[in-house]
Amino acid sequence: MQLVETLINGCLLGGLYGLIGLGLSINFGTMRVVHLAHGDLIVLAAYFLVVVLVPAGIPPLAAAAIVVPVMFGVGFALQHLIVQHSLGRQLDRALGRGVLPPLIVTFGVSIVLQNVLLHYATADARTLQSSLASSGVTLGGVAIPTVRLVDFAVGLGSLGLLLLGLGRTALGRALRATSDDLDTARLVGIDPRRMYGVAAGISAATGGVAGVLLAATSTFYPSTGSEVLLVAFEVVVVGGLGSLVGTFLGGLLLASAQLLGAHFLGPSYGQLTAHAVVLAILVFRPQGLLPRTAP
Amino acid sequence: MTEPLLRVAGLVASYGQLQAVRGVSFEVGAGEALAVIGENGAGKTTLFHSLCGLHDAATGEVVFGGEPLLGAPAHRIVRRGIALVPEGRRIFPSLTVDENLRVAEDQHRRARGGAAPRWTRDRVYQLFPDLGPASRRGGHQISGGQQQMLAIGRALLSGPRLLLLDEVSLGLSPAVVKILYQALARIRADGVTLVFVEQDVHRALAFSDHLVCLHKGTVRLSGASRGRSLDDVRRAYFG
Repeated sequence: MQLVETLINGCLLGGLYGLIGLGLSINFGTMRVVHLAHGDLIVLAAYFLVVVLVPAGIPPLAAAAIVVPVMFGVGFALQHLIVQHSLGRQLDRALGRGVLPPLIVTFGVSIVLQNVLLHYATADARTLQSSLASSGVTLGGVAIPTVRLVDFAVGLGSLGLLLLGLGRTALGRALRATSDDLDTARLVGIDPRRMYGVAAGISAATGGVAGVLLAATSTFYPSTGSEVLLVAFEVVVVGGLGSLVGTFLGGLLLASAQLLGAHFLGPSYGQLTAHAVVLAILVFRPQGLLPRTAP
Repeated sequence: MTEPLLRVAGLVASYGQLQAVRGVSFEVGAGEALAVIGENGAGKTTLFHSLCGLHDAATGEVVFGGEPLLGAPAHRIVRRGIALVPEGRRIFPSLTVDENLRVAEDQHRRARGGAAPRWTRDRVYQLFPDLGPASRRGGHQISGGQQQMLAIGRALLSGPRLLLLDEVSLGLSPAVVKILYQALARIRADGVTLVFVEQDVHRALAFSDHLVCLHKGTVRLSGASRGRSLDDVRRAYFG
């Protein structure tokens, strides 16, 4: 019974892990940029919620509805003002400067964000105080913290919305076309700068949702972004680069491995088990669970 | 004399130290068809890429519809009425056939404030009946001939006044090539000006009003296609 409980909890936590990976996957899928500040954007969203909005008397749910569009704006602005310049002529020609400049620039953004948070929000541990955190439900004899159910439902819902948006809308078609072939996308009239900005905005908005869930699920510090980024990386590697469904499944697998490891080997072995799963995937299935089918 | 639709004068395009196009000049009048021929490496693709903004290291003078063109980004040039059917077709593989058309139509509507384009998806499906049954298939799951039809249809949905076609018939069966040229004749009858690269010199001469033969980045031969002897072309082609 305990095993079932652990597995269910793992899958539910996986909803949050998957969501954390989605943003990184969108960034990479559209722009081929590994956004090293993605974890810090998630933590920034969590701080915005807990340190600014909730103390201002805004109820958590309404506050969450503010965080997401604001994070879209942050992602869009960051792309236009900073990251875009590191791409250089990649936007104007198929030949870019390579992968290194955007890596260094987003790493710089990460350092700046962590230190800004440390300066203004102090190094104290924070969390979202809500009734969610302490409540639980029992389903068929299995005890589940409500917050994990919410993590899963919101993560899955976000994935569904993203797939629907990418699959059914004009903007989604343009984003997929840009991701497929930048030059040909320009030939049909797509402005790559706009697409990159929108992709970065959507990525940061998913980070906003993840930040709200992170705040409700656990405690966080200004430096938590690095840990979150590691989760995002591992989720994307396990799931397959550029595939959103794969990324989400990667989140489920990774979180389950973590909780099962903690269950069988002891609490301190949870992360280690998750890392071991990533290592095994890299050795035996380096393309991930569901790699992009298109070339 | 009326201003030609496209005037190219002294166009130079290079990749680093290598000049792929070295001072090319020609004109195309509205409604005309111009064939561009030349062996591999003659500069045909670089010329086309310079005209539609994909190659940004080009200098010289390019005037389209009375306005200078060089230096504008590719997505703006499309809006001004130049569409390219690229070599290798470059179909978006993760989009379906219909989505490949819609993505061009979306951008056209966006640029024109929602106005319906002159070419619609329905018209493209009428022009190429082979595409209809495949409309829900993935862009990478259709035959080479269908891909070329799709690439032409996608370019038409940008609402071009000038259609550039790089390698119309390369690697396609004679039956498919015949369908493609029948469609191009209808596109031309609709008022679209054509500039096309074609390796089959007979076909190039038969379909075009004028001809430009490139050799190592320069114009070796240009003029009317009618009455042009194959020997003339052959000499220019091989330098």
